[in-house]
Amino acid sequence: MRLARRSPLAGAGVLVVGLVIVAALAAPLLATTDPVDQDLAVALKPPFWAPDGTLEHPLGTDHLGRDVYSRVIYGARISLVISVLAALLGAVVGVAAGLVAGYLGGRVDTVIMRLADLNLAFPLILLALAVVSLLGANLKNLVIVMAITTWMIYARVVRGLSLGLREREFVQAARALGAHDARIIARHVLPNVLAPVMVVWTLEVARIILMESALSFLGLGVPPPTPTWGRMLAEGRDYLTVAGWIAVFPGLAILFTVLGINFLGDGLRDLLDPRLRRQT
Amino acid sequence: MRAYIAGRLAAAVLVILGVSVVSFVLTFLTGDPAEIMLPPGATAAQIAKFRADWGFDDPVFVQYWRFLKRAVYGDFGNSLRHGQPSLPLIAARLPATFQLTVTAMLLAIALAVPLGVLAAMRRGGPMDLLAMAVALIGQSVPNFWLAIMMILLFAVSWGLLPTSGRGGIAHVVMPAAAIAINLMALLTRLVRSTMIEMLSEDYVRTARAKGLRELFVTSRHALPNALIPLVTVVGLQFGYILGGAVVIETIFTWPGVGLFTIQAILNRDYPVVQASVFILATAVVLINLAVDLLYVWLDPRIRVT
Repeated sequence: MRLARRSPLAGAGVLVVGLVIVAALAAPLLATTDPVDQDLAVALKPPFWAPDGTLEHPLGTDHLGRDVYSRVIYGARISLVISVLAALLGAVVGVAAGLVAGYLGGRVDTVIMRLADLNLAFPLILLALAVVSLLGANLKNLVIVMAITTWMIYARVVRGLSLGLREREFVQAARALGAHDARIIARHVLPNVLAPVMVVWTLEVARIILMESALSFLGLGVPPPTPTWGRMLAEGRDYLTVAGWIAVFPGLAILFTVLGINFLGDGLRDLLDPRLRRQT
Repeated sequence: MRAYIAGRLAAAVLVILGVSVVSFVLTFLTGDPAEIMLPPGATAAQIAKFRADWGFDDPVFVQYWRFLKRAVYGDFGNSLRHGQPSLPLIAARLPATFQLTVTAMLLAIALAVPLGVLAAMRRGGPMDLLAMAVALIGQSVPNFWLAIMMILLFAVSWGLLPTSGRGGIAHVVMPAAAIAINLMALLTRLVRSTMIEMLSEDYVRTARAKGLRELFVTSRHALPNALIPLVTVVGLQFGYILGGAVVIETIFTWPGVGLFTIQAILNRDYPVVQASVFILATAVVLINLAVDLLYVWLDPRIRVT
């Protein structure tokens, strides 16, 4: 609420993200048909506002007569599940690595940061594609692979913050009182990095949605029949000349979801930590 | 200064070594490389011969050392699909990818710099709103979807631009624009914020106090300094731009490394995937190194310390 009042964009973000979450959770209620039901009799029907469109298939149907609207609604599930879980997994690993690197410093720091550099050197989507094709495209592997593309962002941010925190009086005091490193990290350093981590997490969820849909678009996402926005786009591409709507709507769904999350992330950043600039 | 450059070089070499380890490990992710590389239905004798030929029975370290030695000579093994050495196959496609990525970068810079500068000069004005809209939408739009929408509009509906292949300037417009969009969003935001910062600096106030015209103050005093961070960001984004090229080349069947690699990934042509991942990651490391060194040259403050 405070967020929405401070920044109308963040408010819009909350609204959009809320809508997408509702769509994902209540998909069976909101969808008009089963998203995998094929009905060749109504294949390639246009959206309802077109001359021969019907309200039965509000956003039209694809080449197999599947309802585009229902598939877009269900598609939110895969995008959200993968991006939220992967960003979470990446955050756990990255925050731990960043805390250890920043707090302990020395050789541990060097090793962790070189690993982060190494990870950043790969065009991430290429790495993700190669690993997914090797391990097999399923939900679990996609989450792991996406986490591999995100942990180092947290590690870098958290390392920078804990370097500074290490020198602060309350940490020094805890150390003087004989607290173990593990305890200091957990009780004194970690709570102070959580706000920026939240911001990074939000923006990373948005980035992962884009990457997951790109992978799915290239045929290396969660396999059919599960509807994913990326694959819907890929299928729609083959029917551009006759049925542009198949590709238009899943793309709009990705755009609005990512836009909403980015609004939210920007708003959170301004609210929680105005000093933290967007990581470039 | 010399120590800084030496340190950066050492770090780059280390990362490239790491890249080689990752490329090497990629082959082992599924377990037995023989299963991947041999056609399905290979006999036990064929598998055994393959393993012996390729040295898959040796200890991992021995295999890695051999991989590294070959890699140094540019030997990544033959493509399983094309039956030719992987590296020349990739090298032949590098110019196409280079043309596409450089065009995309230049396009992004050419649009983002004026937009960002104008936005910073009149904060809250219509240009500023436009810049912010570009920045927000540009960072959220899936580039492959934008590519498809451009095809729908410029090729299918209006018949203005070709949808695939490499040829004249017309061929490069849509793929380059699709790759440029995310970078352009980022750069617009960056130029705007650094210009706002620069325009409030003392030296800009001095220049204005001297009675110099605003256009001159902006273009000759503030802008050059605002462009320094741009260099770093464009350099650091090179990995993302290459990643974008991988996807976009596939859509426009642009005959570059990206399309070739995706095909190799889908065909499980591992020597090519290995070589391509290694070469592209090494290119990213080298570009980042070049940017770091360029930065030293551009910003005298670093040179002195």
